[in-house]
Amino acid sequence: MHGGKASLSPSSSSDRRLSALVRHLEGSSSIVMGGSKDPSIAASPTSARNSVFEHILQASEDPILGVTVAYNKDPSPVKLNLGVGAYRTEEGKPLVLNVVRRAEQMLVNDKSRVKEYLPIVGLADFNKLSAKLILGADSPAIQENRVTTVQCLSGTGSLKIGAEFLYRHYNQHTILIPKPTWGNHARIFALSGIAVTSYRYYDPATRGLNFEGLLEDLGSAPSGAIVLLHACAHNPTGVDPTPQQWEKIRQLMRSKALLPFFDSAYQGFASGNLDTDAHSVRIFVADGGECLVAQSYAKNMGLYGERVGALSIVCRTPDVAGRVESQLKLVIRPMYSNPPIHGASIVARILKDSTMYQEWTVELKAMADRIISMRQKLFDALRNKGTPGDWSHIIKQIGMFTFTGLNRNQVSFMTEEYHIYMTSDGRISMAGLSSKTVPHLADAIHAAVTRLDDD
Amino acid sequence: MEQLIRSGFSGRVTKSGFLGAARSMSTAWWSHVEPAAKDPILGVTEAFLADPSPNKVNVGVGAYRDDNGKPVVLGCVREAERRIAGNLNMEYLPMGGSVKMVEETLKLAYGENSDLIKDKRIAAVQALSGTGACRLFADFQKRFSPDSQIYIPVPTWSNHHNIWRDANVPQRTFHYYHPESKGLDFASLMDDVKNAPNGSFFLLHACAHNPTGVDPTEEQWKEISYQFKVKGHYALFDMAYQGFASGDPERDAKSIRIFLEDGHLIGCAQSYAKNMGLYGQRVGCLSMVCEDEKQAVAVKSQLQQIARPMYSNPPIHGALVVSIILTDPDLKKLWLKEVKGMADRIIGMRTSLRENLENLGSPLSWDHITKQIGMFCYSGMTPEQVDRLTNEFHIYLTRNGRISMAGVTTGNVGYLANAIHEVTKTA
Repeated sequence: MHGGKASLSPSSSSDRRLSALVRHLEGSSSIVMGGSKDPSIAASPTSARNSVFEHILQASEDPILGVTVAYNKDPSPVKLNLGVGAYRTEEGKPLVLNVVRRAEQMLVNDKSRVKEYLPIVGLADFNKLSAKLILGADSPAIQENRVTTVQCLSGTGSLKIGAEFLYRHYNQHTILIPKPTWGNHARIFALSGIAVTSYRYYDPATRGLNFEGLLEDLGSAPSGAIVLLHACAHNPTGVDPTPQQWEKIRQLMRSKALLPFFDSAYQGFASGNLDTDAHSVRIFVADGGECLVAQSYAKNMGLYGERVGALSIVCRTPDVAGRVESQLKLVIRPMYSNPPIHGASIVARILKDSTMYQEWTVELKAMADRIISMRQKLFDALRNKGTPGDWSHIIKQIGMFTFTGLNRNQVSFMTEEYHIYMTSDGRISMAGLSSKTVPHLADAIHAAVTRLDDD
Repeated sequence: MEQLIRSGFSGRVTKSGFLGAARSMSTAWWSHVEPAAKDPILGVTEAFLADPSPNKVNVGVGAYRDDNGKPVVLGCVREAERRIAGNLNMEYLPMGGSVKMVEETLKLAYGENSDLIKDKRIAAVQALSGTGACRLFADFQKRFSPDSQIYIPVPTWSNHHNIWRDANVPQRTFHYYHPESKGLDFASLMDDVKNAPNGSFFLLHACAHNPTGVDPTEEQWKEISYQFKVKGHYALFDMAYQGFASGDPERDAKSIRIFLEDGHLIGCAQSYAKNMGLYGQRVGCLSMVCEDEKQAVAVKSQLQQIARPMYSNPPIHGALVVSIILTDPDLKKLWLKEVKGMADRIIGMRTSLRENLENLGSPLSWDHITKQIGMFCYSGMTPEQVDRLTNEFHIYLTRNGRISMAGVTTGNVGYLANAIHEVTKTA
């Protein structure tokens, strides 16, 4: 075999096996080095230690998920993870809601349950109940059958499916996203071929909403452009428009035919009340117009890793809704065929049982209340220390996150000196705080603000 | 009202003022959306469910059924779920998924004692079953080998075409199925491999080819591997049926092991949908063999970048089930036994269907039923014959004549054989 054959087809398969073996034994590694010994075999990328992906560089860490990676590596006993937005109890532990545990147990005990593929659009009950949850049980859009809802992989997956659908079927490939917004938003839309621009949102001077800037930017957007709206508890700032401001936004958007795409990741988690937190979405639906809504159950049901969410598209007519649904299926099938069954089954079980639903609202309110009390505690601690600056935004902002206003240097300082982990934009997850750890955080903020310049 | 709607931006002010304008503008947004064609495979089950006939038989989608025609949840799975419920939290998995699940999954494909695993040369991430794994690879291929194409066998699982199309990777085909013999068209396959430009990407079914059930022999795999080396081709294995084909997972991974022995840096999409019965849980894995650990780390980081804007991180539940089963020796033993049981039942049904057809005096040869392997039998029936099976006999299958043997039972094999005989006896 070696150095002998001129033709490319060796005489027998056993010859080839032998020659491969010989090559294995000759080399110090178990990898075949083609080319040099046997002229009948050209240097071949996949077998000769040359990967077709040789040129690939290491991708940088995801800024948000990378925080937890760094936190996990830190051996300090006082380390604090205020990075990713996952709820923690007063004891700093992840929480599985009691009602979720019960629902899961019921599913496990039900021997008649099977693990068959869900339809491409997901679990039917789950879809209906999710639409009712966000739009309201008495929503005219639901009653008129104008809503199509598909189960997706949490908020990310819902946004992604919506983005792909819009790229294929909507004639305006531009989306305006608030500045700032969740780090993954821009990428989701950009990778689906939608051009991303931003509208002013956060005002660093007031640490509140830049409402004038927002209206100006939406007002000068091209007609028909898509606008990403955080339904409540804006991530990362915690700054939400008031109901009056939402109404103005709605009027402006409808007059310019801007298409609303809501990201609802915190319904019930912001104020503690599911209906209040859905107000923004519902006023848009009430005017009879169309919109998209991405829902996530990661936070409000604590189902993070189960990846449970839904995309609803409110259409003008049932006929359109039906056609839209059929096209959504074509987006989903080549991505993952059909969505995972477990988490959606838990949600459906809870939402359709009035007792369990009630229990859920109570546990949800408890989580929201704990966060609100952490806000108050942190604010009080900073005030008591006399930390320079106005920290009232901590109690004015809403939801899981506080946009502290700290800069990158201050954040790095807090990580290095105080082992506090947060995203470099100064966002802290209030859910990661407890009464015990608030003092440590207050110390760190105080130190950062007094020792480093606020630029 | 019609006029109002058509007037759009003409600025006509109605009683409802701007709301009227909003309504008239928004009708234009989706009115052009065409109804999409139904998925050929999943549409079959929808039609089956809608059929009121008491004799109906579903041999469409590839989901295992027991001899009573019922879906099965494996005993090892029930036990794993019992351990999970109430005991574990539901935190986000890392973007790459469950480390434990991926580790165990690699052992299945690459071997318990694989050097590649020891040397950390495999970039691997948890994926949304086989579909998700293929899609991650397709997107990765597009991003990092943007000028490449994918060679796909004829025929193949229909969704393969959708996946690479949506990833914007151009597709070519290579010969695979030989209709006359209902076996492998090996000569043409080898020609296609040789004629493809050097360094082409090929999609290979590791075992139990879907939809034909026709697999290369070990010798043929070795020749294919050799020719791939000559041409410097890249092999992506789609392994959706490991354990399900022969009943022995090690044996079913033979094609992959041959390529690995020959030093190929392969890709592999694995699914637990069928062999663990976890269909709806969407559990799978995409792995890619790299030159060294550093490259594997880089490739994995890039795969995660593709997953992040798609779904952030994969679902935890199914991954927990898999890792609990595979890391508990007793549960793993139970799983192996159950998977063999499923494979054996299917092999038994193949024999039974063939015997029934022969006993009916069919003029055609049906030995391909027992030669083919895995969940599917490529019957060789035409779409017209399939339509007759559905319309006259309420038997549901895909129009390419693919029969899911998993849907065949001792209770319906006679009825099925009879119906097939009826529509083919004058073929």
